[in-house]
Amino acid sequence: MSRALQRRENIAGYLFMLPSLIFFAGFVIIPMVICILTSLTDANMHDKSVLGSFIGLKNFVELWQDATFLEALRNTFLIVIVSVPAVCAFSLWVGSAIYKMHSAALSAFRCIFYLPVVTGSVAVTVVWKWMYNNYYGIFNYVLKGVGVIDKNINWLGDSKTALWCIILILFTTSVGQPIVLYVSALGNVDQTLIEAAEVDGATDMQAFWRVKWPQMMPTTLYILVITTINSFQCFALIQLLTSGGSGTNTVMYYIYYTAFKLTEQSGHFGYANAMGVILAIFIGALSALQFKLAEEK
Amino acid sequence: MKKKNISAYRIVSTVILIILAFLFLFPLYWIVTGAFKTGQDINSVTPVFIPTELTLNNFAKLFAKRSAPLFRIFGAAGPNAPAAIRWLINTVFMSVMAMILTCATASMAGYALAKKRFNGRVFMFSLIICAMALPKQVILIPLLKEMSALKLYDTLWAVIFPTVGWPFGVFLMKQFSEGIPGEILEATRIDGASELKTFTTVVVPMIKPGIGALAIFTFINSWNDYFMQLIMLASGEFFTIPLGIATLQAETSIDLGLLMAGAALASVPIIIVFLIFQKYFTQGITMGAVKG
Amino acid sequence: MKKILAFLLAAVMVLSLAACGGGASSTPAASTPAASTPQEPAEGGSPAAASEITLWTYPIGDWGKEDAVKALTDAFTAETGIAVKVEYLAYADGDDKVNAAITAGNAPDLVMEGPERLVANWGANGYMVDLSDMLDATDKGEINEAVMSACVNAAGECYEYPLVMTAHCMAVNLDAFKEAGADGLLDLENHTWTTEDFIEAVKLLNAKFGDVAAVYCAGQGGDQGTRALVNNLYGGTFTDAAHSKYTWDDPKNVQALEQLASMAGINFDASLAGGDEIALFYQGILKMAFCWNIAQQLNPNAADTGAGLTMNGEEIVFMGFPSEDGKPKLQGGIWGFGVFDNGDEGRIEAAKQFIKYMCDSEHTVEAVKTANYFPVRSAAEGTDLSTIWADNEIMDEYQVLMPHLGDYYQVTTGWAGARTEWWNMLQKVGEGADVATVVAEYAANANTAAAG
Repeated sequence: MSRALQRRENIAGYLFMLPSLIFFAGFVIIPMVICILTSLTDANMHDKSVLGSFIGLKNFVELWQDATFLEALRNTFLIVIVSVPAVCAFSLWVGSAIYKMHSAALSAFRCIFYLPVVTGSVAVTVVWKWMYNNYYGIFNYVLKGVGVIDKNINWLGDSKTALWCIILILFTTSVGQPIVLYVSALGNVDQTLIEAAEVDGATDMQAFWRVKWPQMMPTTLYILVITTINSFQCFALIQLLTSGGSGTNTVMYYIYYTAFKLTEQSGHFGYANAMGVILAIFIGALSALQFKLAEEK
Repeated sequence: MKKKNISAYRIVSTVILIILAFLFLFPLYWIVTGAFKTGQDINSVTPVFIPTELTLNNFAKLFAKRSAPLFRIFGAAGPNAPAAIRWLINTVFMSVMAMILTCATASMAGYALAKKRFNGRVFMFSLIICAMALPKQVILIPLLKEMSALKLYDTLWAVIFPTVGWPFGVFLMKQFSEGIPGEILEATRIDGASELKTFTTVVVPMIKPGIGALAIFTFINSWNDYFMQLIMLASGEFFTIPLGIATLQAETSIDLGLLMAGAALASVPIIIVFLIFQKYFTQGITMGAVKG
Repeated sequence: MKKILAFLLAAVMVLSLAACGGGASSTPAASTPAASTPQEPAEGGSPAAASEITLWTYPIGDWGKEDAVKALTDAFTAETGIAVKVEYLAYADGDDKVNAAITAGNAPDLVMEGPERLVANWGANGYMVDLSDMLDATDKGEINEAVMSACVNAAGECYEYPLVMTAHCMAVNLDAFKEAGADGLLDLENHTWTTEDFIEAVKLLNAKFGDVAAVYCAGQGGDQGTRALVNNLYGGTFTDAAHSKYTWDDPKNVQALEQLASMAGINFDASLAGGDEIALFYQGILKMAFCWNIAQQLNPNAADTGAGLTMNGEEIVFMGFPSEDGKPKLQGGIWGFGVFDNGDEGRIEAAKQFIKYMCDSEHTVEAVKTANYFPVRSAAEGTDLSTIWADNEIMDEYQVLMPHLGDYYQVTTGWAGARTEWWNMLQKVGEGADVATVVAEYAANANTAAAG
């Protein structure tokens, strides 16, 4: 490419990027940089200065000794590790079960599974909180009615069940988009290849895994990415259902808690930002890994 | 023999699907019916699946609970109205603004990343990938201070701007723009069209389904972005409907009927929007992803 | 389709225009005082009061209800010309909102809550204005001494001008007690009972109904109830008398918690906060509520069956917490106003005028009645306040509990952290952890945090 042409490309490229960059830099990158800087300081709410004074890696050292943080970190990853494969597997199954249906039935199912996403976390939690209720919730009512349990289960109040309850809600609000994607990916699979496989005597199962699955790899990777993003966005569920109690604390909630809840430890911005940095490192690594896989597909 | 097995599987899977569909519909059904149930029905210890009597009482209570000026234009307040109505207006304004700004900026940036070979392109794209999954809680405190310094705290813009800054839209639009054939762009350039003209007359029509999908996606996301609303909005006048409902939920005496009415108000409008545009949405999101 | 689109677009444009103004104009109201404040400092004396102030109030009786508060603030505006913009906070996330606003440099001018927040937290952290210049000898004579000392810190700075107080208590479903044959255990005249009677009553109610009561611990909301219950059962204490450290690892409290944990019908419930417990009690599911006070007693429930009744119309009776000798030490609640220091003399002056108007003038009667609690002072600028509830039978009857008011220990250092430790501890007890061990551990945490 000639130098003049390169310059032209540069100018055009930057100009097209500019409006988006203003927002991206202004409201993601700059705060992230401040976050990283303050994570090395004792910045707090009571101190008027933005940065506070430099204390090195003290916040990080303390974090590794903070049992609450470690529990939150474990829960965060549990949520991601459970919900991402579950969402992928479930939506693949639903997608393959509905993609050959009559178009009216197909779009009805697609819509229904998408509805919880659209309804929104806040409205959805109003209902789920009632459904999980220890005394009159529908889960206990139904399970008791059919004789599965004889004593009410305190779904959100027991650390054995609470996190799973949150994951279940997250699950219902995550499967909508993957199903839509799988339906169309399955519809786009090259039919001649399947026919060829069938002529060779492959069973449906074999045809699916050997022919369809590899062709859907890009879709699957894309779904992995968006589901991971989604799983990190479960703040509202935790804030509105358990306030981080019953073993449902996550790093996202703990950052908020440390920053604004009224405790003597509150307002420790440096500490909260250090958590943010750790989380960002993990997430960045996870995303990079996923895209590495995507490129190697 | 083989065929028979398959149809048995299909029957079973269809039955399971129908059951699941009912389970997925249930929360919405409960919100909508709950909004019209009487206090006795909704607070009943044994669930009342079909309301014995329909009432508008819950909405009346919701509307009477808080009031706010219907709108405010350059400081001049409109007539007083139920706050829930104002919250709805705020939410629509916020979501629409976020949608327009995101679609405009992301489609341009996505096109540049896909088709312009400018220096630093790979770096830029990597940065976007890494930032995409970042939850907003990570940058919560700096963002709050920044908004306060910009005098945007307690305005809807404090919620809108970070939504626009979130780079997922750019990523999505890049995926779409990859599909534009280079020859067409080349041809328009040879015809002497300016860069901007090429973008508006050639690129935009080609990535339209993508813009549509991104629009709906941003609209829904912004509508339901409870966290940013919680942090950035302080005055009841500037609340959004999800935030308003969450605040009502937090208050001491818990009135399920009132909450259901609020939840219905928060979700039904956006569901209607979704149902109207869902055809474009499904088209859009599928086209972008396949090219992954 | 095109038409729908066009219509929607048009509708959105109109709405955007309307709301756009809202978005843009919202900034000046609070963050740029210059816009709303006459800045010229008055010659000599106090500065000119600002023309608009903001008040954030927690749901304290009807101070959480817009129409009731609006009546009060409208009257205030009519008299002084100072407009009051009110925001209503909830206990679940109100503190977070105030802290976020402080961080954003946008704290309200006035906040209405109790000394545990205004004095022990925001006051101690230097965000509040000292109001001691508003208290002369007459005021100090009129205001209840214990209340006054809770509102003033060790250095004599006053960060809360008190308005109302109450004693927190518990409530029972009288019809359920009658049905279970347990109503004889209640002293309905003095509204008190003993630990022994309580244990017996729970046994009878449990046999009849199953669930009786919940030691709720989903969060700190309403924790005064669980604290008072545990402390009273065997006479334990929560802090020492000097309010310098937490003493809830007292063996008597351990005994009480072990007792409660062993009782069938009493659930340690980490899915409930105080508000949820009240809702369950109103629904008739729980037969006792620990998160009760006079405002609840006066409040008609969500099904509108009337004050003092459950949703099924069963009668609710308020009771003191059970104790060994039948003489409970009740938790006091004190509420009043504090002023955030926004660095603007005009707004501080206006906020002080508001406090004077509400807490110490002939309008105090209305302000107190709106809160549904008792006045903290005997008289305000010549208006006698001691008999303002004489015409209200329920309030009058409630007076029997007021002499049982115990120590107001919520101003102990490290209070906010301590209550977090408390509900976390209850969750652990509910999950079957060894009571003595967890109590010792969490009380120690609270003390460490308070010391650090």
